[in-house]
Amino acid sequence: MTHAQPTQAQPTQAQPTHADHSLDSFGDAAASATRVTPGNALRPEDIAISPDKPNDDVAEYALRLGDDSLILAQRLSHWISRGPELEEDIALGNIALDLLGHARSFLIYAGHALGKSEDDLAYWREEEDFRSVWLFEQPNGDFGVTIARQLVVSIYQHLLYSRLVDSTDPTIAAIAAKALKEVDYHRDHATQWTLRLGDGTAESHRRMQAALELVWPYVDELFDDDPLIDRIGDAGVRPSTLREQFDADIAAVIDEATLDLPTVPRAMGGGRRGLHTEHLGYLLAEMQVLARKHPGASW
Amino acid sequence: MSTENQQATGQSANIWPLWEVFVRSSRGLSHVHAGSLHAPDAEMALRNARDLYTRRNEGVSIWVVPSDAITASDPDAKGSFFESPQGKDYRHATYYTKSEGVKHL
Amino acid sequence: MAAAPLQPVPAHASPADSSATDQAGQAYFDRIIAEDSRIEPKDWMPEAYRKTLVRQISQHAHSEIIGMQPEANWITRAPSLKRKAILMAKVQDEAGHGLYLYSAAETLGTPRDVLNQQLLDGKAKYSSIFNYPARSWADMGAIGWLVDGAAIANQVPLCRASYGPYGRAMVRICKEESFHQRQGFEILLELSHGTPEQKRMAQDAVDRFYAPALMMFGPPDDDSPNSKQSMAWNIKRFSNDELRQRFVGMIVEQAKVLGLTLPDPELRFDEETGQWIHMELDWQEFKDVIAGRGPCNSQRMARRREAHENGAWVREAAHAYAEKKMQQKAGAA
Repeated sequence: MTHAQPTQAQPTQAQPTHADHSLDSFGDAAASATRVTPGNALRPEDIAISPDKPNDDVAEYALRLGDDSLILAQRLSHWISRGPELEEDIALGNIALDLLGHARSFLIYAGHALGKSEDDLAYWREEEDFRSVWLFEQPNGDFGVTIARQLVVSIYQHLLYSRLVDSTDPTIAAIAAKALKEVDYHRDHATQWTLRLGDGTAESHRRMQAALELVWPYVDELFDDDPLIDRIGDAGVRPSTLREQFDADIAAVIDEATLDLPTVPRAMGGGRRGLHTEHLGYLLAEMQVLARKHPGASW
Repeated sequence: MSTENQQATGQSANIWPLWEVFVRSSRGLSHVHAGSLHAPDAEMALRNARDLYTRRNEGVSIWVVPSDAITASDPDAKGSFFESPQGKDYRHATYYTKSEGVKHL
Repeated sequence: MAAAPLQPVPAHASPADSSATDQAGQAYFDRIIAEDSRIEPKDWMPEAYRKTLVRQISQHAHSEIIGMQPEANWITRAPSLKRKAILMAKVQDEAGHGLYLYSAAETLGTPRDVLNQQLLDGKAKYSSIFNYPARSWADMGAIGWLVDGAAIANQVPLCRASYGPYGRAMVRICKEESFHQRQGFEILLELSHGTPEQKRMAQDAVDRFYAPALMMFGPPDDDSPNSKQSMAWNIKRFSNDELRQRFVGMIVEQAKVLGLTLPDPELRFDEETGQWIHMELDWQEFKDVIAGRGPCNSQRMARRREAHENGAWVREAAHAYAEKKMQQKAGAA
């Protein structure tokens, strides 16, 4: 024989190799429950190296979406190490990381038109340059308030990204496609918790109802149309067209959770024009303080 | 039965019961025990398992089982439970040496 | 109690034959240890072995959980969005590591809420390093490089700990921690090659974390009464000083790559003994910090308690909801 015979599978038992210090030889690391891979989804880094450049209007639109997610990620990240249970620290951390990923992708893309990096946009813009709507900057409050805000945001973003996957702008469509799957899980998370807090104990019911009342004034602003929406056409989604489905979706959850739909009046809004509530200034002060102390530094 | 379960695992009002988590890393492979976690119910246990045990793409499918629903064999200190298969070489192909070298066997 | 099936069965033995059971159990246990095999949850094990493990694993878990705090403080101030994402993922991992370890400890029969209560009551210890403040962004680098580095040096041998669930948890943790140390190293590398102010920041962080990181391996061997037994049980594979030696050897080279100095005038390699000589560590400070007199002990505990108390109504709600649904299901059936 000139070539080696293929080895027949033998029912030999694996010998423990105690001298081997590599991790894969021990425990169940070689088994399937711990096999890790980076996956192959769209990353912010992929947007960064893409030559695609939006026009000014689409850039402004991307800035809006990016700012929404960035501000909320910043809020949610505060929960890590403070959650009601360790498992929830991790859950909220995952959601914050997803949102931060979306924010980076949108900001990087917007930055291609503006000649700025994601960090230029996040750390060196002033409060009046941020385009997020008011809901996203509202404080975390107790866990119920955070869940109420999550419920509104995740239902809204889910509807938005479901439509944005068909954007005529391929980059916006690609970011939306990645975000859609993640936001779907956020919606599920918020729904599960709304049900448990609404239909849990008398105390949790009271807190969850109060939480809904607290965030509700900021719901309408999500669906306001403005001239930019006219200009970008099918690259974006007309917010008002999402409202009907949003109302139906959120009412179903609130109803199942034995809670009442709030009837409080809307807040004026103005985030898309750079007019914000008092909360954003503090949030940005904390987020930007270190970067601004070292102009031109890289990290 | 169900209330007994509840008491067995979650002693007081704000302690969640324990669940065992099994993860399938890819299609074609079995679910493997990954560890345990606490959750108030099965739905949340699944979600917590997703967040805790598959942050690095470790899985495409997860099972969660209430810890107290698992019946385990006795520890093998006495050995008798697993003694029978020992020494029964004839269950293994390697026992049959005369056919060695014959192709496709 | 919790974890019924995976918990050791307190033998179906009657008091009369319990000593015979113990003898047989001890013999079996000794053989497993001698063979360097693994003890699994339902096996008979000496009470002291079980206690040692519960103490060690839960301390380790508590350290992960308390250790989240100094770094979580910087998530909201991270100086770039990429660093923010990395740090968030890292701190989140630490919660995960805490959970893997609590999960291992629970297989020994002590439920997580009991362990958690010991922490909240101040009865349980955690790694003293987390009672030092994280003052600057460079501390995120120093913690990753030195603190996680020391932790990994400690933990890699623990992957072979004789208690199966502990070893398996450590395998998972070590795999994940390797990213932690690298991201810390890169933070410092970036700073030490940055502006003069950034470099100063990096050196200052290394200056503050060097000695506490070396102390993470525990007291010197001649002052570490429990080590011997732990090594006999194959829980610990190397002594405190051996591990410290190994770690110092690694970071000396790494510090050169960083262009930073280790704050240790006595540091040198002794060719004759093949040992690294390092400065005398302040073991009085070590004991003080463990005893609660560190800079951040009360702050760390207060934050943990606050999270636990603020979460009570949420945990109760989820519990009540689960019960309600179960009853509805039972009623419908």
